[in-house]
Amino acid sequence: MYKLTDVRKDYQKGRGTVHALAGVDLVIEDGEWLAIQGPTGHGKTTLLQMLGGLDRPTSGTVEFDGRDLAAMRESEVTQVRAASIGFIFQTFNLIPTLSAQENVEVALVPLGTGPAGRKARASAALESVGLGERARHLPSELSGGQQQRVAIARALVKEAKVLLADEPTGNLDEGTRDDLIGLLEKLWRDRDLTLIVVTHDSTVARRAQRVGSMRKGRLSIKQDTRPAAP
Amino acid sequence: MFVTYLRRELRRRMRQATFIALGLAVGIGLVITVTAASSGVKDAQATVLRNLYGVGTAATVTRAPTAGSFTRPGRNFNFKPGSTVKIDQLTATGSLGSLEDTTVTTIAKLKGVAAASGAVTAANVHTTFKIPNFNSGSGGGGSPPGGGSGNSGSFRGPGSFSAGNQVTVNGVDLSTGGQPLGPLSNGTLTSGRTLKASDANSNEAVVDSSYAKSANLKVGSDVTIGNTKFPVVGIVKDSSDTDIYIPLARAQALASMKGKVNTIYVAADSSADIAAVQKEIRNAVPGSTVTTSASLASEVTGSLSSASSLANNLGKWLAVAVLIAAFLLASLLTMAAVARRVREFGTLKALGWRSRRIIGQVMGESVAIGIIGGIAGIALGFAGAAIISSVAPALTASVGQTTGSATPGGARSFGGAGGFTPPGGGGGPARAAANASQTVAVHLTASVTVAAVVLAVVLALAGGLIAGAFGGWRAARLRPAAALARVE
Repeated sequence: MYKLTDVRKDYQKGRGTVHALAGVDLVIEDGEWLAIQGPTGHGKTTLLQMLGGLDRPTSGTVEFDGRDLAAMRESEVTQVRAASIGFIFQTFNLIPTLSAQENVEVALVPLGTGPAGRKARASAALESVGLGERARHLPSELSGGQQQRVAIARALVKEAKVLLADEPTGNLDEGTRDDLIGLLEKLWRDRDLTLIVVTHDSTVARRAQRVGSMRKGRLSIKQDTRPAAP
Repeated sequence: MFVTYLRRELRRRMRQATFIALGLAVGIGLVITVTAASSGVKDAQATVLRNLYGVGTAATVTRAPTAGSFTRPGRNFNFKPGSTVKIDQLTATGSLGSLEDTTVTTIAKLKGVAAASGAVTAANVHTTFKIPNFNSGSGGGGSPPGGGSGNSGSFRGPGSFSAGNQVTVNGVDLSTGGQPLGPLSNGTLTSGRTLKASDANSNEAVVDSSYAKSANLKVGSDVTIGNTKFPVVGIVKDSSDTDIYIPLARAQALASMKGKVNTIYVAADSSADIAAVQKEIRNAVPGSTVTTSASLASEVTGSLSSASSLANNLGKWLAVAVLIAAFLLASLLTMAAVARRVREFGTLKALGWRSRRIIGQVMGESVAIGIIGGIAGIALGFAGAAIISSVAPALTASVGQTTGSATPGGARSFGGAGGFTPPGGGGGPARAAANASQTVAVHLTASVTVAAVVLAVVLALAGGLIAGAFGGWRAARLRPAAALARVE
C-alpha cells in the first residue's frame, strides 16, 4: 500500500529551518491499522499529510500503490485523494451549511456520481454509522460524536481503501470516544481498510496493530501485533 | 450540489450578501438613472433642435453677412406735414448673409446629401406714424424720428408713432415637393392646409397658431406682408419662432432677395454622415457656416444645458465612482469571506475537489450576488428615472443668435414686442436680430433604454465576476495542508 523512503520535510520558520520530518522510512501493508503517537510538534500530522497527498516532502518518496505521490502532478494527487483516501479530522470539518446527507454527498462530487447515486450511497453510508435518521440535520444540530460519525461516513462513502484520521477522538468524551473507536474498528475489519490514526490517546493507540512514535521528525515502531507472515 | 451549496452559503452570509448586492444595486441604479437622464437630455435637445431645424434637417447652411453687404430695400417717402405714413416692409434677417440660390443645387448634389432646400428668413415690420407739422429751418427735407440726421427745423403740433406688429416670416421652398425641409415640416396642421408646390408663386400664407391667436387670424383671413395681402390658407402649431410661412419666391420678391436665399436646410442620407456632409459643404461653399445638431447643441444655454452638463459630467462620474466603489467593496468582502472559509475549502480539497471546482463555487456565489444586485439596480434605475421624469421642472433651452451662427428655424428679428426701429435707421432690425435668442421649453423625460438594461446586466455580471475572480484566486492559492492547519 504505502512505502515511504527517507521522507524529509523542512519548513522555514523565521530565519531557521524546522525539520518536521527528518528521514522517515515506513512500509504500511494493505488492511493494516497503524497508530502514530508522539508529542505535539514532532511531525505526526505532517506525516499524515504526506500519506494523504495533502503536502509534498522536501525529499524522499511516498509511494502509494507503487506510484510516488511526491512526483505526481497536483491534479493526479487530487484524483488519488478523491478516489482512494478518506480523511477524518479532529474538528470534524463538516460544511456548516449542508445537512449530514449533503456533507456525505460532497465526497462523491469529484467522482462524477450523479445526484441519485450520490443520494443513495450517502444514505447507506449514514446508515452504516448509525445516523440514518439524522440525515437532514445540519452539523450544528448534531453532537460531536454524531458529527464525527458523519465525517466517517463522508470518508467511507467513496469506498476508500485508506482512512487517515487525525486525532479523531480529540474532541469527544470518553464514552463517545469508545463508541467511535468501536465503530472504526468494525469498519476496518468489515471493509478491509487500511487505517492510519494519529492520536495522543493511548486507549485508542492500543487498539491498533502497530503503534509508531514520532519524535523530532523520526518514526520508531513501539508495538507490532500483526500476525506473523506465513 | 453546486446550486444547493451556493444557496445555503448565500443564506448563511445573508447580511454580507445583501450588503454587497445593495452596493452593486446602488452603483448600477445610478448608472441606469444617469444614462436615462442623459438620454432624456439628448431627447430634449433633439426636441429643441427639431423645433429649430424641422423634421429631417441634419444641418443648415448660412453665411455671415460681409461688411456693407446688408442692403435694405429703399423707399422714398413723400412726407406731408400732418400726414400719416404707413410702412409695411419685409426685410431679410440681417444677421444672415445671402447665398445664391444655385448654392442649394450645389449642396443637393454633394455626396451624403439627401435633399437641400433654400429659405429666406425675414422680418416684416408694420409701422404707422403721423408726421407733425414742421417748420423748415436751415435743413432740408424731413426725416422720420429715429432716422437720425440732425435738422435744425422745429416741429409744431403733435406727431405720433404706432410701432405695430413685427412678425417673422419664413419663405419656404416648395419646389422640392412633398414635405419641405425646415421648421414648417415640424408643425402640426390645426386647420386649413399647408403650402404645396402649386403655391410656389401665390400669395398664400400658413401662420403659426400662437401668432394666429394673438392677431385674431383664421383660415380665410388676410395677413399683410410687404404691403401685400396674403390669404391665410392654414394654421400650424409649431415650436419655432416663425410666425408666417409664405412661398419662397414671394419672400424673395418682397425682401429684395431675388435669386437669393439666406438659409439652406440640408437632409443627410444617414445621421452617421453628418460630419462628412458638413465638411463637404464647407468645401463646396467657402465662407459658409454649416450648423449641425451637434454644433447647435453646444450653443444651447439655459436649464437644459445645465441638465445636460449635470447628467453628462457630474452624474456620469458619480455613477462611475459609486460603481468602482461597489466593485471594490464586493471584491474585498468576497476575499474576506474566502479567508473565513479556508478550512472549508481545505477540507474540500482533501476530499478531492479540484481548485477550479472551488473557484467555480466562489465565482458562482459572487455572480449570484451580482445578479441580485443587478436586478435591484435595474429596479432602482427605473425608480430613479421615474422620479426624475416626475419631479424634473420644465427645462428651457435658449439658442443665442449671433452673426455667423444662424438659428435656422427662422430668425426673430426683434428682441421684444413694441420696440420700434424705423427702416433705414441706425442699427435697425439686423442689429437687433444679431442679439436675439430663441427659447424653447421642453420637459425632461428620463426613459430607461434596453441598452441601459443590457449595460446593467453586464455590469452586474462583471461585478460578480470581478469579486469572484479575486475570491477564487485566493481560494485556488490555498494549499490543503496549510488550509487544514488553519486554526479558526
